[in-house]
Amino acid sequence: MALYSDKVMEHFRNPRNVGVIEDADGVGEVGNAKCGDIMKMYLKIDNDIITDVKFETFGCGSAIASSSMATELIKGKPVSEAMELTNKAVAEALDGLPDYKMHCSVLAEEAIQSALDDYHKRSGK
Amino acid sequence: MKIYADNAATTRVSKTALDAMIPVFTEMYGNPSSLYSLGQEAKEAIENAREEIAGIIGAEPREIIFTSGGSESDNHAIRSAAELGKKNGKCHIISSAFEHHAVLHTLKRLEKEGFEVTLLDVHENGIVDPKELENAIRPDTCLVTVMCANNEIGTLQPIREIGEICRNKGVLFHTDAVQAVGHIPINVKTDNIDMMSASAHKFHGPKGIGFLYASKKVRLSNLIEGGAQESGRRAGTENVPEIIGMAAALKEAVSNMEENSKVMCEARDRLIEGLSEIPHSALNGDRDKRLPGNVNFCFEGIEGESLLLLLDDKGISASSGSACTSGSLDPSHVLLAIGRIHDVAHGSLRLSIGEDITKEETEYIIKSVKEVVEYLRSFSPVWRDLTTGKKQFIL
Repeated sequence: MALYSDKVMEHFRNPRNVGVIEDADGVGEVGNAKCGDIMKMYLKIDNDIITDVKFETFGCGSAIASSSMATELIKGKPVSEAMELTNKAVAEALDGLPDYKMHCSVLAEEAIQSALDDYHKRSGK
Repeated sequence: MKIYADNAATTRVSKTALDAMIPVFTEMYGNPSSLYSLGQEAKEAIENAREEIAGIIGAEPREIIFTSGGSESDNHAIRSAAELGKKNGKCHIISSAFEHHAVLHTLKRLEKEGFEVTLLDVHENGIVDPKELENAIRPDTCLVTVMCANNEIGTLQPIREIGEICRNKGVLFHTDAVQAVGHIPINVKTDNIDMMSASAHKFHGPKGIGFLYASKKVRLSNLIEGGAQESGRRAGTENVPEIIGMAAALKEAVSNMEENSKVMCEARDRLIEGLSEIPHSALNGDRDKRLPGNVNFCFEGIEGESLLLLLDDKGISASSGSACTSGSLDPSHVLLAIGRIHDVAHGSLRLSIGEDITKEETEYIIKSVKEVVEYLRSFSPVWRDLTTGKKQFIL
């Protein structure tokens, strides 16, 4: 389908890091069902390194692909690096998104940031 | 397996229609306005097509004008009625909340020009109540425009009753019958229709051609100024091959209607039965008063575009009323009009099957939709909240 890049379709068809982390150190959820997109991110953090990350997403193809790509971009990275993740980086890693789908990458960035905020709150940092 | 289940979007051109068109491109290519025999042959062919189409819907040939399709027909009909109304000081129009955008956007424009528009409720079953329509008619109502069958949920409207009310009250009645012509029986005389829009590519004809029926008592305005084609109401050299193709397609569709309808209704009913087994799902629109080929469901906890993409991977072409498939933020106005809230309307699926559907394909669709819905729910945070009791199920 020409709607999306091959990379988007590949991540949509085989999303990485799908699921839940029961004992997560940080959880973030953004979006709302009214708009048609919700992303939830779970982080496992050890020694300031993101050792594991999982996501759940309700949304369109690009929302699922953006979630998947965002988890790949931060997995194994220091928290400080993950905090720098931008929606642009997510979209670029997916070889671009259609203009009207850019908000999906924004949502992915926000979901990660929200999970990191939760981690900081919990750990008192 | 490849299954095209989006016949409400468009259909494949039938072999009969294609065969009828090909010689017109290369042999009967004269301009119908030319006086030599090559031109007159083309003229005769389009007049025969006009006669054929008129005969099928119970009209007179001069009451048919050829257009570029459904949207043009809708625009032309509504504009003409509005113009006539304005001349007589009548600037009120009645329609329904779930019309096609070709109707709704034309009405929006007329509102800006000073018209008042009443949109009738279509209720949970997706059907206009003729009593409510009757009550909405005012002394200054110049037009009622209500579709014959809804393009998304397939619900059939009580056209004959609406037409009768309009006739008794002396109000013009237009119906957008784009989804209905060639699929269900329609007769403009017995159904009390003053104007009716149709589009060829919805009944296995070519794209870019349609017709508008306008009773001889309605004076249509001139949509395109220029030559004398279509009695001056729509100037420009006629699209001869497609007019011929449309007539051939309609003739074929109507002569096979009973048989096709039987096959499609059977498949439709099995699809409804099979998809209803998916927990927390709901059929959109009335169970029985719907087009033979239309199945439209909402599945809670998932989003429509991802559903379509995964069905496409399985070889199934379908459509959805999700916002993501339209590029807008709101889901389908049709689903909202029948009272589906946003959260649920995003997870809709429309299957519009063709008359060539087999039992095997029907079962494959059911199996595939079940699999995809289950898969998408498996990592949907909405579904998790619903199943863990954090949120209440709507469906």
